[in-house]
Amino acid sequence: MVRRLLKGLLAIVVVGIVGIFVLAWRPAIDPIEPVAAAQFPADLVAKGAVLAGAGNCLTCHTAATGKPYAGGVGLDSGFGKIFSTNITPDPDTGIGRWSEVAFARAMHEGVLRDGAQMFPAFPYDHFTKVRDEDIHALYAFLMTRPAVVSAAIPNQLPFPVSVRALQAGWKLLFFSKGVYQPDASKSEEWNRGAYLAEGLAHCASCHTPRNSFGAEKSGAAYAGAAIDGWFAPALSAASKTPMPWTADELFVYLRSGATALHGSAAGAMSEVVHDSLAKLGDSDVHAIATYFADINQSTTRVASADQALEKAMTLAHRDIRDDSADGAGLYIAACASCHYNGGATPLAIRPELALNSAINGPDPANLIHIILEGISKKDGMPVVFMPGFANTFDDAEVATLAAYLRHTRSDQPEWKDLAETVAKIRKHGS
Amino acid sequence: MTKFTINGQTVSVDAADDTPLLWVIRDIVGIKGTKFGCGIGMCGACTVHIDGRAMRSCITPLTAIADSTIVTIEGLDPAGQHPLQKAWIETQTPQCGYCQSGQIMQAASMLKDYPNPTDADIDNIMSGNLCRCMAYARIRRAIKLAATELAGAQTAGAISHD
Repeated sequence: MVRRLLKGLLAIVVVGIVGIFVLAWRPAIDPIEPVAAAQFPADLVAKGAVLAGAGNCLTCHTAATGKPYAGGVGLDSGFGKIFSTNITPDPDTGIGRWSEVAFARAMHEGVLRDGAQMFPAFPYDHFTKVRDEDIHALYAFLMTRPAVVSAAIPNQLPFPVSVRALQAGWKLLFFSKGVYQPDASKSEEWNRGAYLAEGLAHCASCHTPRNSFGAEKSGAAYAGAAIDGWFAPALSAASKTPMPWTADELFVYLRSGATALHGSAAGAMSEVVHDSLAKLGDSDVHAIATYFADINQSTTRVASADQALEKAMTLAHRDIRDDSADGAGLYIAACASCHYNGGATPLAIRPELALNSAINGPDPANLIHIILEGISKKDGMPVVFMPGFANTFDDAEVATLAAYLRHTRSDQPEWKDLAETVAKIRKHGS
Repeated sequence: MTKFTINGQTVSVDAADDTPLLWVIRDIVGIKGTKFGCGIGMCGACTVHIDGRAMRSCITPLTAIADSTIVTIEGLDPAGQHPLQKAWIETQTPQCGYCQSGQIMQAASMLKDYPNPTDADIDNIMSGNLCRCMAYARIRRAIKLAATELAGAQTAGAISHD
């Protein structure tokens, strides 16, 4: 009886494994003879350049000391390190022998040219929404980049996560294939923004929390998520910023890297603004702004915006002469000369802490990063620079300063375990 | 090599990336008006203008200012006649004088944002600049005097200040 049961179980396991492999099986697509760059029309390549900007391909596919698009960036997936690969047209180590059909399949289905399953660190769950004509232009753009010889770095994934065929199971659970379907009830601009944001720009990859399988949590779209030691803020109605993220505010932020009413782009978002979205025209950036201004329901908050600004500026005008709160001294010595705002409205050039997303968000990581590392000239708004205070403050002082700003410049609950978080961020960097 | 301009002159400096700008200004470029106070950005003595904004040069690494425009106390006004400098003399503000180049550079930056600063504006923006002689009351008076002169100049349209 026991033996029969075991045999039955074994049969189920065998059938399951075979099933997964059958499910995972995709044919290899024949390699092509490398195509000369001159074969691709210049206007198509130019269109592809803009789309590659929207997709921010460069950031993940270029190592710190490497050549553009040659791969080698290690992404900490939570399961192990996955390295981006060479997407230059080098025939042996890049995608030079990939046909457009193979490229389109990778984008739409997450399958390599040789038929192997890709890991969703490559956001094919978003790229599946990209229309064929845009894939066509992207292919032309990538195939006309300078070819770089750069072999793939083996991923550091534990067994069985490392088994590519198992990704078929992941897809079954979490992936739905198909290009973007416009919403007829929304404007053309909204749909353009949604197409870009949900597809190539893959905003949700950072801004939506993930489940224990590393898939974006359903029902929590754009709720904000911790990523790489930073916090990608909520883009939904869950956003706690004092001022609403209206389409105008989002546009200014995405175009310039900062707004007076919200703060500056830093960390990976700085790259998104200054390297990636910078390639897009105003109309596309405005479309993305329009889409998110709808998702976050900012119109419902516009009526109370004046009141919210007044409240924040009251916090900003806290009298420092008899401020005995812990951390006040640190703030007065290190922060106030640049961040203080007199008057009823803040100056963009003096980022107002009482309005700042980093201070009003649920997670202190971004504020800690900025205090320790500052803001370089290429981050945030053009030219403005903030030195880092890593060598000035110890962990306890950064924690005290962060707690002071949270307590005095927002009405949000206090952050827990600040000193530990500071120590962690200081140790691991950005 | 890091290239930048300082007081109108373009310079290229070959030093370690993390060399503080203050070191570069004093020891490599050789301009001594900017002072070392605490070395951790907490006293304001080393304040200079980076692209027009008052910044603590002791915690600003050389790499951060590539292609930037730096102005020190020597470059604030070619003749040393910035309204703040005149007001400093007029009100006999400095006592030992060590902090004053930082004070003046910070105040000059403030007057661009707040041409007619209130006491609260001055308290907040100038509190990061320490004066161990306790000349704060005179510093405030000098800033207000300079603001008045700047406002007059603006009305007359005669002088423009960086």
